[in-house]
Amino acid sequence: MSAGHAWAAFAGVLRRDLKLGVRKRGEVFNPILFFVLVVSLFPLGVGPSPKILAEIAPGVIWVAALLATLLSMERLFRSDFEDGALEQLLLSPHDLPLLVLAKVLAHWLITGVPLIVVSPLLGVLLHLPSEGVIALPLTLLLGTPVLSLLGAIGVALTVGLRRGGVLLTLLVMPLYIPVLIFGTTAIAAAASGLPNSGQLALLGGLLALTLTLAPFAAAAGLRISVD
Amino acid sequence: MTDPGVALGGQGLSCVRDGRLLFHQLDLQLQAGQILQIEGSNGAGKTSLLRILCGLSEPREGTVRWRGDDIRSCRQDFHRQLLYIGHNPGIKLELTPLENLRFFQALSGQEGSENDRLNALELIGLYGYEDVKVGALSAGQRRRAALARLWLSRATLWMLDEPFTAIDRQGIGHLEARLADHVQAGGLVVVTSHQALTVAGCPVQPLHLQ
Repeated sequence: MSAGHAWAAFAGVLRRDLKLGVRKRGEVFNPILFFVLVVSLFPLGVGPSPKILAEIAPGVIWVAALLATLLSMERLFRSDFEDGALEQLLLSPHDLPLLVLAKVLAHWLITGVPLIVVSPLLGVLLHLPSEGVIALPLTLLLGTPVLSLLGAIGVALTVGLRRGGVLLTLLVMPLYIPVLIFGTTAIAAAASGLPNSGQLALLGGLLALTLTLAPFAAAAGLRISVD
Repeated sequence: MTDPGVALGGQGLSCVRDGRLLFHQLDLQLQAGQILQIEGSNGAGKTSLLRILCGLSEPREGTVRWRGDDIRSCRQDFHRQLLYIGHNPGIKLELTPLENLRFFQALSGQEGSENDRLNALELIGLYGYEDVKVGALSAGQRRRAALARLWLSRATLWMLDEPFTAIDRQGIGHLEARLADHVQAGGLVVVTSHQALTVAGCPVQPLHLQ
């Protein structure tokens, strides 16, 4: 099959999933609502001291973004599994990893990008110094695709189970921890005026690694789950 | 177009589901221009057999061959020739019939025109419903939206799981005529159905699962 057809299939999956995301608006707004609510509760819970808030801001924002992503992951393959569209993906003459990548990209555009866009606002809310506010969306831009790609492996393996949610969390959470550590330390370093290119390079490395390997792992997981 | 080499074959197929043996050492063969109807009571393993034949599930024992090759070793070639419409046909309720068809065509690597799709929807009896979300249609119309793919597909081998569910009598006659056209052009059909199938010009081979 020619490469042109493969990209047409990639674009077809991407377009359909974006359209579905726009038409099911409630599901799209849940993760971003969760993200904003959790972060904005911290000044009320911890107290309004700018010094303490600025110190905990990178961790709070990153943990909230990580949990928002994790909560939204389950619906990546769920509806396709239930209505039979996943079988059609598996029976397509195109490479399944490419189609999985299209699905993850659509999912990230719908749930990940809004998190990145509102994150500077939340940084200001938590009195993060301006260097940190600049670094924050950058770390999320590198980190949230990694979260989506790793999550896709976990969802692919658990989509056939009736109560896969808890298992998904247990499977994926340990893999999320390096992303969380590099993301928060990059912001903290920038906020205190130190160079953070090391952490950003590591995040970029994780992104390159998961972008190339995760679609293959998720595709293999789907073939097992649908069996 | 009739090619004697075109054949779907299953040798020594066995399937176990939830610890129960559904079938054991099952052999089947299908030549170009033939229809195979898989019959059996509920839970006899009709859908399981169909999923094994299309490569979604692995048989416990045995192999499925397409033109003499094991389908596991020629998956892409085999899937290019295959149209599978399962019991859950993968139709999205939030999309219109037209959008659903566009997606299926992109997925199977076809560049169909908008006219082809509209034509297929008209032939299946969904004229006037192209731009209505599938979620607002009746059960029979939803199934018709999925079956419109039969008028667009260029696949040789069709596998249909209970295609006539919720379809009215006139619609069934229409589908049988479409199956007859496909078989006469050298295509192959594997279908699971409880209903007696009458396809003009082609005897239907029954396969009864105990």
